[in-house]
Amino acid sequence: MAVVLVLVVIAVGSVLFHLLSPWWWTPIASNWSYIDHTLVITFWITGVVFVAVVLFLAYCVWRFRHDPGRRAAYEPENRRLEGGLAAGTALGVVAMLAPGLFVWHQFITVPPDAAQVEVVGQQWLWSFRLPGADGKLGRAETRDVSPDNALGIDKADASGLDDIVIEGGELHLPVGKPVKVLLRSIDVLHNFYVPEFRAKMDMIPGMVTYFWLTPTRTGTFDILCAELCGVGHSLMRGTVVVDSEADYQTWLAEQPTFTQLQAQAEPVGTPVPAEIAQAPGER
Amino acid sequence: MVDASHDGNDVITPAAVEDVELYHPHSWWTRYVFSQDAKVIAIQYACTAIAIGLVALVLSWLMRIQLAFPGALPFIDADRYYQFITMHGMIMVIYLLTALFLGGFGNYLIPLMVGARDMVFPYANMLSYWLYLLAVLVLVASFFTPGGPTGAGWTLYPPQAILSNTPGGEWGIILMLVSLIIFVIGFTMGGLNYVVTVLQGRTRGMTLMRLPLTVWGIFTATVMALLAFPALFVACVMMLFDRMAGTSFFMPAIVEMGEQLKHGGGSPIMFQHLFWFFGHPEVYIVALPAFGIVSDLISTHARKNIFGYRMMVWAIVIIGALSFVVWAHHMYVSGMNPYFGYFFATTTLIIAVPTAIKVYNWALTLWRGNIHLTLPMLFSLAFIVTFVNGGLTGLFLGNVVVDVPLSDTMFVVAHFHMVMGVAPILVIFGAIYHWYPKVTGRMLNEAMGQLHFWITFLGAYLIFFPMHYVGLVGVPRRYYEIGETSFVPASVHDLNVFITVVALIVGAAQMLFLFNLVWSLRHGREAGGNPWRATTLEWQTPQTPPVHGNWGKELPIVYRWAYDYSVPGAAEDFIPQNQPGTLGVTREAVA
Repeated sequence: MAVVLVLVVIAVGSVLFHLLSPWWWTPIASNWSYIDHTLVITFWITGVVFVAVVLFLAYCVWRFRHDPGRRAAYEPENRRLEGGLAAGTALGVVAMLAPGLFVWHQFITVPPDAAQVEVVGQQWLWSFRLPGADGKLGRAETRDVSPDNALGIDKADASGLDDIVIEGGELHLPVGKPVKVLLRSIDVLHNFYVPEFRAKMDMIPGMVTYFWLTPTRTGTFDILCAELCGVGHSLMRGTVVVDSEADYQTWLAEQPTFTQLQAQAEPVGTPVPAEIAQAPGER
Repeated sequence: MVDASHDGNDVITPAAVEDVELYHPHSWWTRYVFSQDAKVIAIQYACTAIAIGLVALVLSWLMRIQLAFPGALPFIDADRYYQFITMHGMIMVIYLLTALFLGGFGNYLIPLMVGARDMVFPYANMLSYWLYLLAVLVLVASFFTPGGPTGAGWTLYPPQAILSNTPGGEWGIILMLVSLIIFVIGFTMGGLNYVVTVLQGRTRGMTLMRLPLTVWGIFTATVMALLAFPALFVACVMMLFDRMAGTSFFMPAIVEMGEQLKHGGGSPIMFQHLFWFFGHPEVYIVALPAFGIVSDLISTHARKNIFGYRMMVWAIVIIGALSFVVWAHHMYVSGMNPYFGYFFATTTLIIAVPTAIKVYNWALTLWRGNIHLTLPMLFSLAFIVTFVNGGLTGLFLGNVVVDVPLSDTMFVVAHFHMVMGVAPILVIFGAIYHWYPKVTGRMLNEAMGQLHFWITFLGAYLIFFPMHYVGLVGVPRRYYEIGETSFVPASVHDLNVFITVVALIVGAAQMLFLFNLVWSLRHGREAGGNPWRATTLEWQTPQTPPVHGNWGKELPIVYRWAYDYSVPGAAEDFIPQNQPGTLGVTREAVA
């Protein structure tokens, strides 16, 4: 009867692990608590199904285990039972899908008053760009990337000249204000991932992708890359700081614009951590 | 049961079923090496797949050691780590699971189960194996080239996959693409064989609705593979052009390490669509044969007809069809048009319904059964547990918005290992314990098998169940090391050590299984022709192991479905498919 015992332990143990283990998501810092709620609904529905199926198996093995003289029942089909189970499952699926799609609609509908922030990924560095006084981000192209113009900002576009450029530094966001995060890459796929924000999105060279969020609490959070981008993938880290409005404005005033950076005329090379900069053949 | 089949009385005797002396092999080479016998080809496929699978097993050990004890093995640098995960993934999905289910079990079981003498195109079948072997050798060769195998991740996403600073960017990626191209060509030869044999090679009385579910699973998976692999094929050819001829199918303007590359205008996301148009059906190409096989194992070892046979067949076919319209659920955060999310989330969750029906029907087959806790039954129970677990976490990842926080984390790794790694492999083990007696004439050792089962099942669950929670914490997948973060508690590291230790033990237990396979060849108990008292045709062959041509002078005639177990009034608790009579599901019984 070891099998029966093990099946029961798996069903009960999995639930206990879920409830008692210390491993759970990190406290949320954005408006996407809807996502967490949908996830919890999904945990409950799937958890009930899992426990029910495993315990049913355990019962069958215990009750209908072979002993001399036992003969199995003969029942090729039972339409009502099969139909009922299918309908019940469909209901459970709807119970998960409906809130899921509802929240997805919110996720992809950017509020019209959202501020814009651009995040640019490259191996293995995060850079950021904020609109300047004109409130608009200038055009940018991978083709325009050069040592003194790491984000490829189009110098012919006037709206880009006052853009605030942060290469490899921290990104600051004001708390409580919706922000549309525009994502761009100049080399390979990356993914802008802040676990506390719940939202993430790939960054694709040649395209601008996006998501939006409203930061809901101040603090300092890690940015990680969540799409394999080469040997430095796990080292590609950044920091996002969610500030109060006053702190944000103080920080913003200290940041250089694109024009100021150009004036410094300091050639900026691509930073590569030393231990991963070797060519493939040198190992 | 609706059954419009012929039985032995009302068919015209076909002329072409006689055993032809001419095509029997005449030398050792044509009998055992360049063999055209599907059964020999099956064993060749299986041995090659298991051998390359061992490489993937060792690679998984190495990466688990790196995750639990970073730096403990100094030769595992970031380059090698990414090479290991890439090769582990590709080997397991393509070269082990696909090859073993379709090339191995498909070749052995299809002709025997449908009552044919062999596959319909034996020569193409032989070529299929040799091309598969060539593909494996090309893949293995990449370990020995300058720069080593590719480390682009098994998904081979461009632009990274073909850039020179990616591990294996020099030769590894080229050999990987060439190997996949060869694999697809070889598979097409085998796949056409399986499909045509099922459609045209069935013996008298073997209607489609009398086929064992094993054949339905393998047949449907093969049809899907024939439709899905071309997407992989063209993606590989296009990427090879990008890498070698300077085209830009998948390559936009790129600045690599401060240097403008000579590419422009291509779309990296187009590759993802092609890849997953193949890649998602691929999941079911592995799962459907497992579904089919486990149905037969459960039915045989519970001495009960599979519950809801027709529903099971339709569920297989519907899952196969739906799996072609769900591919972009792998791409919810890829940056594709977000409105696709509605469509793909809906199709993905709809697929849960036929899948759940299969689970219910397996469980209901056990209900009021006569359950023999043989090794195949134990592995089948373990399959249901792990498959249900992995299938349910699929509802998280398929439900577009729930996927957003979990995507690209260890949750995904845990999910797909549970559902398409552990679960199908448990079926493979169960199937080997079940059919080994037919293949060799001897039983596998029971004590070794029990030990192997318990370590593998419990170990695999202990590895992958807690791993979901590592992802829930937020640990991304494909990280050489997590390093310093503000959100990963130190206890996650302890969990990683635990997972690695269990993984090492589970891996070692597979050596016991391999030893059992070899040891029992000579020392196993004599099995006889039908040790499980099963109904399907492969157990009714005149010789065990079956000889070339399978059936001796006369092909079997099929009178009933494959699941006449414990029929009321029958003397035995099983009635073979080729036994006439009025009991059970025969034409007379339903008329």
